[in-house]
Amino acid sequence: MTAKPESLVCISGAAQSEVGRPSRRTALQLTADACLAALSDAGLAPEDIDGIATYPGKSPLGGGIAPVSPSEVQAVLGIENPRWVLASGEGFSHMAPIFNAINAIACGMARHVIVFRSVAQASARMASRESTLMSGGQTTRVEGNNAWTVPFNALSPINTFALYAQAYFDKYGATSKQLGAIAVNNRANAAHNPNAIYRKPLSLDDYLAARVISSPLRLFDCDSHIDGSTAIVLSHADAAKDLARPPIRIEAVGMAISGLWVGKFEGDFTRLDADRAGEMLWSRTDLRPRDVDCAQIYDGFSIHVWLWLEALGLVPRGEACRFTEGGARIALDGELPLNTGGGQLSAGRFHGYGHIHEATVQLWGRGGGRQVKDARTCLVSNGGYGYGAMLLRRD
Amino acid sequence: MPRDLAAGPRQLPGLEPETAFYWTSGADGVLRIQCCEACGHWQHPPFPRCAKCASEDVAPRPVSGKGRIASYTVNHEKWLPGLEVPFVFAAVELAEQAELYVFTNILAPVESVTRGMAVEVRFERHEDVWLPMFVPESAAP
Repeated sequence: MTAKPESLVCISGAAQSEVGRPSRRTALQLTADACLAALSDAGLAPEDIDGIATYPGKSPLGGGIAPVSPSEVQAVLGIENPRWVLASGEGFSHMAPIFNAINAIACGMARHVIVFRSVAQASARMASRESTLMSGGQTTRVEGNNAWTVPFNALSPINTFALYAQAYFDKYGATSKQLGAIAVNNRANAAHNPNAIYRKPLSLDDYLAARVISSPLRLFDCDSHIDGSTAIVLSHADAAKDLARPPIRIEAVGMAISGLWVGKFEGDFTRLDADRAGEMLWSRTDLRPRDVDCAQIYDGFSIHVWLWLEALGLVPRGEACRFTEGGARIALDGELPLNTGGGQLSAGRFHGYGHIHEATVQLWGRGGGRQVKDARTCLVSNGGYGYGAMLLRRD
Repeated sequence: MPRDLAAGPRQLPGLEPETAFYWTSGADGVLRIQCCEACGHWQHPPFPRCAKCASEDVAPRPVSGKGRIASYTVNHEKWLPGLEVPFVFAAVELAEQAELYVFTNILAPVESVTRGMAVEVRFERHEDVWLPMFVPESAAP
């Protein structure tokens, strides 16, 4: 069998900008901050970089969802010869630029690739609260995929994912207390993350007392708009010996897209096509779910965590609600420490890349008060509409 | 007569070539969904070909307008000024085929809505668009 491309590639550096709600710095400044810090982390300079990739690329869409392009990063960092460039928004698969960078490195198109993800949604909301709605605050008619939901005033993705939460609650007898344990767990972890947006303790009573946004989901089931940027450096594994940090190995990857983004729904609203990403990931490694030391699971909304935990085979179908109940099993000293940096619910919507960054924090032992003891493997997942997962490990 | 619980600002759909039939179907009081003339498969949203058999012979065909609530949510957040809350946003599984879903508002008291509830279409006209809303089946005239 040909070597898996991901086995030829490692994560060599990672960094985040400051987080702001809003930040005084522009999206491009924050992006440069993150990229330069990630390069320094890897022991590389801009001239070493021959690939630039991002999700989703610069977009005319408002709302601060896509404020920075690879070309701007090339210019601001002074990267002279980027031979391979990618901006991918299709399917809202946050990890697409990482998967593509892996392939580019494995086939020799590039040796060191910087992948960044920047958001300026907090600044956008300061200018217009409506700018981050599905309709983008526009007064013209809605076209494309949002036309199936926006005319019914489903103006936020929460309305779509609340359908999943209600169906899951009904099918498996799940409760708000069980779901609330995720927000409480993430907030407890965020207290140890200096770059988390929300660090004050949150109790289950606080969670249950907060207003319902779209039943059964409440305020603290939602992540928060931020300004910030994350950068990850991917390098060929044979360069690892020359780099500043021990390599983080990419043991396996899994990905899937779904009909959700084109308004086509299948199933009974209790599972996502993330299931196929999970199947793909485990088909590419001899490691098993029991080998996972900690997990950074996408939490655009808390319900995503249940759906992803089951998609990844970390808990049996219909059991995620009981698995998170009470929070003991997902705490830092539990059997599966979850969203150890606070996730998007408490650290802010770095849009998938906060989870990837936190995986590197754990595997490089940089977690401080949130460090999972002896963490050698970390499973990270991204996405609500499109899906990516990586099993990362250190030697 | 249930009032429109989702009254207030409403951004209407554009009438695009592939989708206009869906938004104007209510002009004669009948809901239409794209159906494959070759294999009989219903699909929504409409696409240029049948996802089951790849036939290009797909066209709008009348449906019963009856279905059941596959899942729902009560939206309490006032996303826009003037938006009346709470209201119910739902996925309705149409009677014609398993997992044939349309998204809609349920025009009924929010506390009365449950998964599995039998519903039927009731069009609400806005300009040149007939939005397919749904009401509890027993409430229909």
